[in-house]
Amino acid sequence: MLADIRRYFARVGVLEVETPLACSTAGTDPALQPLLARYRGPIFPDGTDLYLQTSPEFAMKRLLAAGSGPIYQICKAFRDGEAGRLHNPEFSILEWYRPGYGVARLIEEVTTLVRLALADSAIPVEQHSYADLFQTRLGLDVFAATAEDLRAVALRHTILGAEGMTLDRDGWLDLLLSYFIQPDLGRDGLCFLTDYPASQAALARLNPDGRTAARFELFLHGIELANGFHELVDGEEQAARFEADNCRRRSLGRPGIRIDGRLLGAMQHGLPDCAGVAVGLDRLLMARLGADDIDGVLSFSLQRC
Amino acid sequence: MATYSTNEFRGGLKLLLDGDPCTIIENEFVKPGKGQAFNRVKIRNLKTGRVLEKTFRSGETVEAADVVDRNLQYLYNDGEFWHFMDDETFEQCQADANAMNEAAKWVKEQDICMVTLWNGAPIAVEAPNFVTLEITETDPGLKGDTSGGGGKPATLETGAVVRVPLFIQTGEKIKVDTRTGDYVSRIKDE
Repeated sequence: MLADIRRYFARVGVLEVETPLACSTAGTDPALQPLLARYRGPIFPDGTDLYLQTSPEFAMKRLLAAGSGPIYQICKAFRDGEAGRLHNPEFSILEWYRPGYGVARLIEEVTTLVRLALADSAIPVEQHSYADLFQTRLGLDVFAATAEDLRAVALRHTILGAEGMTLDRDGWLDLLLSYFIQPDLGRDGLCFLTDYPASQAALARLNPDGRTAARFELFLHGIELANGFHELVDGEEQAARFEADNCRRRSLGRPGIRIDGRLLGAMQHGLPDCAGVAVGLDRLLMARLGADDIDGVLSFSLQRC
Repeated sequence: MATYSTNEFRGGLKLLLDGDPCTIIENEFVKPGKGQAFNRVKIRNLKTGRVLEKTFRSGETVEAADVVDRNLQYLYNDGEFWHFMDDETFEQCQADANAMNEAAKWVKEQDICMVTLWNGAPIAVEAPNFVTLEITETDPGLKGDTSGGGGKPATLETGAVVRVPLFIQTGEKIKVDTRTGDYVSRIKDE
């Protein structure tokens, strides 16, 4: 599968790159916890903490800002606290960036690449917007609904345990999505979910409507395989999102994360208009092989490494 | 009060939910790449036997239930309760018909049973997988029939009724699988 992917990118002229996995900064997304490593030696005689990257996004964006052109990377990524049937704290990512692309063109390329990786050139593709699915499946207007409205829907559909939960608006959306919408996504093929609410923009730019983000995800058999953005390029907006993320992290009792000044510097210098996507390679391999536990495609999972 | 965090969830863990002791059958970690993590758990209520699915926000803590499984010796039934004893500590406890459930049909004095204790009191009793019981009543079968096909009902010393092959007679001992209620074999006295 890896050979198929590398051959594809070589053919279409996307450069393979490597960026550091242990860095002095990391993504600030409140839903992602990086693992910490400790370095001590020349340059840092007193030692310094290094974050094992939750994705290679920031370093790759610095390359883009330096004029790399289209690039891809196949690497390991690390997420603290994540282990289960579909999660392992160390996993493999394929991430690539296309200057000049928007969401639509990138979705086309993801389709091509994933069909290739699955060795299934005819697998059907469908696309739905986040708001449409909530409307048709749950009769909910995701823009108007308050956290209380969403909680009421969870209770009405008797999600046992929801009655005692404290969640914010996006937390309730995540719960409803994972219960009532996601299991059906990609039942018959590849399913792209697009136009996430602006509150879940992550590192995507907002759409002109101001209430949705240029972000998409790919699902197959109810499993999340990829997440893509028409990237935010505005350095000031990025700095504000970092601050907001760290604020949110502290309110959740999680440590703040050192903000990546070099990325902000690169964005000020000029990140080209581009779209980028990260694909979970272990899950892609699961789909290709029909495995139903990530353990089946890893050499040694957390319990055995 | 002991508690467990969702990170400690695994099959067999005993929790106190809505006042009832429960055991985890299956625990699934559910997390969108960029969203809230949940634990979706399949749980059996140990008092009612009912299975339900419950969702927790990952990181929550849940009260632990003081539930242990012990191998205890069945002593006697006093008409209302079944009495058990721990062979090592000689501690005794009594189980009601609710806790005994199916096991009441199979156990006889001195059988070792798996007893689930909640705060020291039995809430569930499992009979041994195989028990040897004497037949107290069955129709006389045809001589020479050894095929076992068809069979006939037989009442056992505990009152349970099982189907046995035609050649089995009153007064004989048979081995029964308590999980299915099926006859396994005839036991010849040594």
